[in-house]
Amino acid sequence: MTLTETTVPTTREAGKRAPRRRRRPWSVRRIATFVLLVVMTLLWVYPFIWLVSASLKQSSEIFGSGLTLIPETFRWENYVRAWTEAGFAQYFLNTVIITVGAIVIVVVRSALAGYVLGRYSFPGKKILIGIFLVTFFLPEGYTIIPITQLTDQLGLLNTHAGVILGLGAGGHIAATLLYAGFFRGLPKELEESAKLDGAGAFRTFFQVMLPLSWPITATVVILTFLAAWNAYLLPLVFTLSNPDLQTLAIGMTSFVDDYGQDWSGMAAGAVISLVPVVIVFVILQKKFVDSIAGAVKQ
Amino acid sequence: MTFVSSDLTRSARADRPRTRQSFARRLREHWWVYLFLLPTLVGYGLYTVYPLLASWVYAFMDWPGFALAGTFNGLENFVQLWNDPLFWNAFGKSLLFLVVAMPTRVVLALLLALWLNSRSTPFKGVFRTLFFLPVVTTGAIIGIVFTLLLDAQGPISLALVWAGITDTPVNFVAHPDTSLWSGVAVWVWKWLGITMIYWLAALQTVPTDVHEAAQLDGASGWQEFWRVTLPLLIPFLIIITLIDTVSALNVFDLMQTMTGGGPAFSSEVIEIFIYRTAFAATTPQLGYASAAAVLFGLLTVVLAIVQAFGIRAARGMMPGGNS
Repeated sequence: MTLTETTVPTTREAGKRAPRRRRRPWSVRRIATFVLLVVMTLLWVYPFIWLVSASLKQSSEIFGSGLTLIPETFRWENYVRAWTEAGFAQYFLNTVIITVGAIVIVVVRSALAGYVLGRYSFPGKKILIGIFLVTFFLPEGYTIIPITQLTDQLGLLNTHAGVILGLGAGGHIAATLLYAGFFRGLPKELEESAKLDGAGAFRTFFQVMLPLSWPITATVVILTFLAAWNAYLLPLVFTLSNPDLQTLAIGMTSFVDDYGQDWSGMAAGAVISLVPVVIVFVILQKKFVDSIAGAVKQ
Repeated sequence: MTFVSSDLTRSARADRPRTRQSFARRLREHWWVYLFLLPTLVGYGLYTVYPLLASWVYAFMDWPGFALAGTFNGLENFVQLWNDPLFWNAFGKSLLFLVVAMPTRVVLALLLALWLNSRSTPFKGVFRTLFFLPVVTTGAIIGIVFTLLLDAQGPISLALVWAGITDTPVNFVAHPDTSLWSGVAVWVWKWLGITMIYWLAALQTVPTDVHEAAQLDGASGWQEFWRVTLPLLIPFLIIITLIDTVSALNVFDLMQTMTGGGPAFSSEVIEIFIYRTAFAATTPQLGYASAAAVLFGLLTVVLAIVQAFGIRAARGMMPGGNS
């Protein structure tokens, strides 16, 4: 008995281990794969390292000193020049205002609509979902002309509000569908007990439902943050004639037009523009990746 | 029998007024539902549905500059587009970009995901993070940064000369033979990480016992991938190619800042054509640009449909697809 008892687990373990042990030695193929992976990663990271290095060099040094990445002296004044003289302080502020505005609009309207779509059936629901699906992949270049005309008629061209509405009021179907999916999965008892406590539909939503949906809210905030911070076509068209309202992405283009030879200032401006998204990404990395992976699984 | 059937019809008849009543009652009881939907209805209506329809109306108008409104001119814009070599140029460049860049991105990302999904690859988290990094960055900024990186005196050109691949330094962005391909390369570089994450998510759905069964049958790694893993990934392939197709047609920020469509329209994709015609020309042509935009929208829809059907058909022919 003892014999069989000991042999059974060992064969099972051996069966499990065998394929793993077969892969363990560093075969030539595995080493080659790994080296290729490392080379590819270097290609992916190099532009960022080069950019940071260029932002600390002298303009003449960027193209004059071959492939050296370490500056002769670290010229932090490039950042001061970009921030103050080239107006990146203003661009930065504009981008923050527009991004925060767009996030608020998208979260509020998607959560409200998603709650209703996920939990209730009402006349017109199917038509609404149909419209959402048809317009899911609408390209931005397609709608930009009417949106600009509309914003002009509303008197919002060349205002922050115009850009915020342009970025937040339409689109973002994924956000609505994510909320709808989440709210559909909540138990019905939640509303019933809230009703017993005397809460109406609005109080139930804001005090019970919205706080519960924070994982979705986090995802939607991240996705909208990326979309708004990185937006280009719409803010470009909306602020063509008003540099004071331009975002970092547009300001960068103005910088190239105005100070074409100041490459180190350009690099410093680019670093200023990219640092916030990169920092947020590094901190919330797991959430970023899960948000995006979750969106495709839907 | 007759009793039962008459009973059924009676109950059905009785049901109908009740549903109508409950429809009206539901409308009255759930009025707040529409209040919840109001921000979406107004915002989405004005900023997505209205532009969708308005584009079609504008497309049939002669609308120069920033005149208050256009005048109807029938199919004139479409006839003019048909005879406009620059429109066909832009159309062709967008298709060329799509046909080369999208499959490169999808296949390269799948290879990367397979490596990173393998249990034996070390530092998976680090690799994943670094490949994903460009995804979160601003396309317009990246475009400008790459004009410096791809300059004749920039590091990429110098490295290629040093490696003996080219004899003389090349400014890739400023040369008509390389401008579009620089865009393709930077686009793949920027977006590969997100497609890799899609594939990793897809690979998570492949059950591990399938892998074990394939190993027991003595399948090699390549056979296992081709016969077992890939057929399971087909539904994801459809979604991923669709997402990446749409993405490959929306490259305005990158191309506008990298090349501006030049030199000599060699990298002018359709969105730059629309932007130039509507906003950046000396006499902006809103109607004409809208006609181009409408055709661009149609192209996107047609490609999406063709792709869905094409891949579904391919799925039926796949070896092992029916096992």
